[in-house]
Amino acid sequence: MSAAAPAAADERLAPVSYVRRLLGRPELGAVVGAAAVFVFFSFAADSFLRASSLSTVLYSASTIGIMAVPVALLMIGGEFDLSAGVMVTTSALFSSMFSYQMTANVWVGVAVSLLVTLALGFFNGFMLTRTKLPSFIITLGTFLMLTGLNLGFTKLISGTVSTKTIADMEGFPSARALFASQWNVGSVTLKVTILWWLALVAVATWILLRTRAGNWIFAVGGGADAARATGVPVVKTRIGLYMGVALCAWISGQHILFSFDVVQSGEGVGNEFLYIIAAVIGGCLMTGGYGSAIGSAVGAFIFGMASNGIVYAQWNPDWFKFFLGGMLLLATLLNAWVRKRAEARA
Amino acid sequence: MARVRTGVRVVGAVLAAVLGASLAGCSSTGGKRAEERAKAAEAGRPAVSTPRWTFAMVTHAGDGDTFWDIVQKGAKEASAKDNINFVYSHDDQAQQQAQFVQNAIDQKVDGIIVSLAKPDALKDVVGKAVKAGIPVITVNSGSAQSAAYGALAHIGQDEEIAGEAVGTEMTKRGLKKAVCVLHEQGNVGHEQRCAGAKKTFGGSMENLYVEGTNMPSVQAAIQAKLQADPSVDGILTLGAPFAPTAVKAKEAAGSKAEVDTFDLNESVARDLKSGALGFAVDQQPYLQGYEAVDLLWLYRYNGDVLGGGRPVLTGPQIVTADQVGKLEPFIKRGSR
Repeated sequence: MSAAAPAAADERLAPVSYVRRLLGRPELGAVVGAAAVFVFFSFAADSFLRASSLSTVLYSASTIGIMAVPVALLMIGGEFDLSAGVMVTTSALFSSMFSYQMTANVWVGVAVSLLVTLALGFFNGFMLTRTKLPSFIITLGTFLMLTGLNLGFTKLISGTVSTKTIADMEGFPSARALFASQWNVGSVTLKVTILWWLALVAVATWILLRTRAGNWIFAVGGGADAARATGVPVVKTRIGLYMGVALCAWISGQHILFSFDVVQSGEGVGNEFLYIIAAVIGGCLMTGGYGSAIGSAVGAFIFGMASNGIVYAQWNPDWFKFFLGGMLLLATLLNAWVRKRAEARA
Repeated sequence: MARVRTGVRVVGAVLAAVLGASLAGCSSTGGKRAEERAKAAEAGRPAVSTPRWTFAMVTHAGDGDTFWDIVQKGAKEASAKDNINFVYSHDDQAQQQAQFVQNAIDQKVDGIIVSLAKPDALKDVVGKAVKAGIPVITVNSGSAQSAAYGALAHIGQDEEIAGEAVGTEMTKRGLKKAVCVLHEQGNVGHEQRCAGAKKTFGGSMENLYVEGTNMPSVQAAIQAKLQADPSVDGILTLGAPFAPTAVKAKEAAGSKAEVDTFDLNESVARDLKSGALGFAVDQQPYLQGYEAVDLLWLYRYNGDVLGGGRPVLTGPQIVTADQVGKLEPFIKRGSR
């Protein structure tokens, strides 16, 4: 009888080597893909490896990455948000126009915009959990409505399709410092969005791996009914995830407003796909339940390298979109291949 | 669900609090109050006693395009003066634009204004309007096809001629190596502008395609280009919103390149004045809308036609720091 004891031990509790654990991480494939893209452009473009060039790539990646973090969390939770791209524009338009029309301190507009954007996220989550319709439909509806509202309201209020400049208003310099400042380190310009991005990745990783809410997100994405049966607050988790997307849309929107000081009402359409692409390259499964925040950051970094690397390599610009698509596809395939190998070995 | 409702109430309360606070947190600089103080009342009453004709304008503008907004403004102000019932529709898909022209024919309007960005797709429907006895005027793009399709006149800028003017001006300013920044890949007019500029430019000029709907990526791409090739000393943007972004990119890249642009807006005026921009080339969109309506009215009222079968050019007009002061009030009110 005593001889059977070792065989009965649960294999899930067996100690796993450090290498094995690393291979099981969702972002591993993306890291390999990022390294491949990095090496590729290091050879293809002379100016790619310069510090100033890498800071441009980082900036580009951070503007995608800030949104890719909550979108990745949402995808781990098993849902999509097609309204994420225009929501960024809505948020920027709202703070700009509110401050201007009320002749208020810019910070007032920023605060009101935060509430409005969070309310939009709440609306998405609430509609989703209430109607049980697929998130694709709900957020597609929000996407279209916001696109129309952005144009309609801006035209109605400012008489043109872009906002008036608010650069001469009170509070602008301090708001710019928070959302759009930059530091020059030698020839390198570092933007504050990079800090926002890294902070968001850190917070999201902590939530996912160290908190109960993180467990809920994985559980909801893995199977909502099973999660509900074990006492996970599915409704709360989903609404929270959409409000997370809204919060980051607000941060992105304020960055756009304070770095360009005028907002075009038609902007942002199509960017939701960039966020989803970054999350998917970073190892999030389209079906939910699997992925990481760090992965989304690596995905955004690949995107930043690919879109700017093409310019550094000085390729014929007619083929720009083709190269971009090819790079993304290759990175994702490599990612999937590494993951499959890693899973087979684990 | 009770928890959710409490959430709504909390959000509402906070919103109310912030709205209240906003009255206290006023800005003493800028904002709407400053605009209203500066704005003089402009009445829009008809100046003529001709019957109330209906004119339809159908353009290829996408959603939220600042340029077409000014065209529309010109057309509306001319309509107010000429006692015209003005109907506007637009779609960047040629098929849908043709459908809108057909709708105008069905409504038996008294005149049609149409932009021919994709001339082939609109050939049939413009022919139909002409056959139905509706006078057609083409604006902005399609100067080559306008007469052949039976339009009375074409009012607009020849994109290639506008580009050539830019190339000449850039050469005059001593630039050697320039980048033409296209914010819409596949837009024929944009290609023609860059091609025109390339033709008359003394130095070398390359095209750079950027994602026009994503401002941070526009900045990053221009920055990347300048870092990749530090010898670039001229950047040409094809739309006013992209000029200040190019200025930012140039500063971030530590480049000394001169930024020049097509079209005007408030930020472009500010940057021209401060010297951050070299020059802007304006095709006077207000004039395109205004003249098209006015010309249709003149045709109905007096049988007048302008241009004698040749396009009536509204541009290019080169605007530098010297002229921008005079234009600023017009730019501010959104008609330049």
